[in-house]
Amino acid sequence: MSAVIDVRDLRTHIVTRWGTIKAVDGVSFALGEAETLGLVGESGSGKSMTCLSIVRLVPRPAARIVGGAVLLDGNDLLKKTDDEMQRIRGRTVAMILQDPMSSLNPVFSIGMQMREPLTMYHGLRGRAVLARAAELLASVSIPSPAARLRAFPHQLSGGMRQRVVGAMAIAGPPRLLIADEPTTSLDLTIQAQYLGLLKELQQRHRFAMIFVTHNLGIVARTCDRVAVMYAGRIVEIGPVRRIFAQPAHPYTRALLESIPRFGARRERLAAIAGQPPDLATLAAGCAFAPRCPAAFERCVEAPPETEVVPGHATRCWLHVLP
Amino acid sequence: MSVVAVPERAARPEPRARGRRVPVVSIGIIAVFVLIALLAPLLSPGDPYEQSLRLRFRPPVWEERGSWAHPLGTDRLGRDMLTRIIWGSRVSLAVGALAVLLAGAVGATIGLVAGYYGGRVDAALMRVTDATLSFPVILLALILAVTVGPSFTNVVIAIAVILWARYARVIRGQVLTLMTLDFIAQARIAGAGAWRIITRHLLPNTLNTLVVLVTLQVGYVIIVEASLSFLGAGIPPPTPAWGSMIAEGRDVVTSAWWVSFLPGLAILLVVLAFNLLGDWLRDTLDPKLRQL
Repeated sequence: MSAVIDVRDLRTHIVTRWGTIKAVDGVSFALGEAETLGLVGESGSGKSMTCLSIVRLVPRPAARIVGGAVLLDGNDLLKKTDDEMQRIRGRTVAMILQDPMSSLNPVFSIGMQMREPLTMYHGLRGRAVLARAAELLASVSIPSPAARLRAFPHQLSGGMRQRVVGAMAIAGPPRLLIADEPTTSLDLTIQAQYLGLLKELQQRHRFAMIFVTHNLGIVARTCDRVAVMYAGRIVEIGPVRRIFAQPAHPYTRALLESIPRFGARRERLAAIAGQPPDLATLAAGCAFAPRCPAAFERCVEAPPETEVVPGHATRCWLHVLP
Repeated sequence: MSVVAVPERAARPEPRARGRRVPVVSIGIIAVFVLIALLAPLLSPGDPYEQSLRLRFRPPVWEERGSWAHPLGTDRLGRDMLTRIIWGSRVSLAVGALAVLLAGAVGATIGLVAGYYGGRVDAALMRVTDATLSFPVILLALILAVTVGPSFTNVVIAIAVILWARYARVIRGQVLTLMTLDFIAQARIAGAGAWRIITRHLLPNTLNTLVVLVTLQVGYVIIVEASLSFLGAGIPPPTPAWGSMIAEGRDVVTSAWWVSFLPGLAILLVVLAFNLLGDWLRDTLDPKLRQL
């Protein structure tokens, strides 16, 4: 597999008054064309920070990317100059954010906003811009696109706005699309439609996609592989089917058990005991150990990444052969 | 027993959802004064500098000794009051407009930069802003105007040097709110640089506030200019300025009231009109800005 995006041992630290937080602590994964990786984990596990590190937009000066490599078609993004990086953002690596209500500028019409990426990336001018913008809107299934170009964001529904954001994201078209919980604030039927749309666009443009979400149901439906993050590390990564069927890490298992299932006997859902860890005061060993039902003596040391089967890896002492 | 016809309530026009009725009177007053200022050479009956010591302290036409030769009377040098008030409007409005635009441009730029970059840039710029805001306006303007010498340009600059801070403060606050919204993040992700984000995304979203602030401050600036002129640190005589005209008449207020009163009335009208217009703009464009 020739990787579109190959993240190697990425480390991002945040310096705070209470100490240095390792928000992204040695994250590695690779994605090929038209492949989708689901990035799951609870709040503060480093999902969004990983994405922001890839486009080098971590909140400065507190956060710093301190190590690793982000290879996009073989070129290390971390070695690019700021100017080069600015040209890559949006064009080669696009991103869709969570809140469609605020991701469009309220004072400009849709057409004005779409003009921006098109002029910036392709140098289009005048009529060509509007024609291309209408084409892009049509490709995200917005009805009567030419008329919509004159609409302002507040005149469109949330789902519609998120489609516009999607249309702008594929203006490149990108090699990598990062979708940071793009459907969280949409209602369920619109969610399903939007996910379908993203998959369709992916098939057409063959971009790799990183899909950040809390929702394992969405992962099951849209992703090829899934990476589970905990305290800044990927604790388990592998094909979606394999991980849903045979989760290796106790945390993944706990996550899967906490999803309500249709048709199951009605009983209390399993919750994960304890609180997410305080990243500033993390001990050296496995970060999940204090909450882990299967923890034992070795968990005070950091577990290495171990392949359970080829393509399915985890960081847990239970899978390290003695 | 009689059935009383209840008058249809729906016949009354629906109150507008936001804001009040367009302040026609304010706009009218402002328009009239702007026209007067622009057309002063055509409108004024005489020369604002022409003295006639024989005709000192002539009262307005409706008083006993008044005459149509000087409809609003004359001052202590026998200069025509109407002419001088007409020419004075040029000074007041020009100072008001220029000082506010200058202060607005500087203040908005500083606010945008401070809000966008945050951190140390923000801290440094805001300390300067706070320091400026902590000075009593008139005192600072007085010191500036006196040290650099009274002239039209210096008055404009002195007022702008004080007033920019308010714009900086308010705009910075707005920018901080805007920065948390996803469209700024989205713009950055789409490869927009600082310049583009500030000019294309932040500035247009603060324009409402700027328009409101500018309008509200025109009236204030006119008062500051008048105060400076009154204190002799504004527009130097013999140029007719409403503030200095009031000052000239203050010794004779009991015998020749019109010398002070009429320019004062002009100031009152213009300032009131700008304030009412500003209030209306604020309520209509930006109801969140009640505290301004």
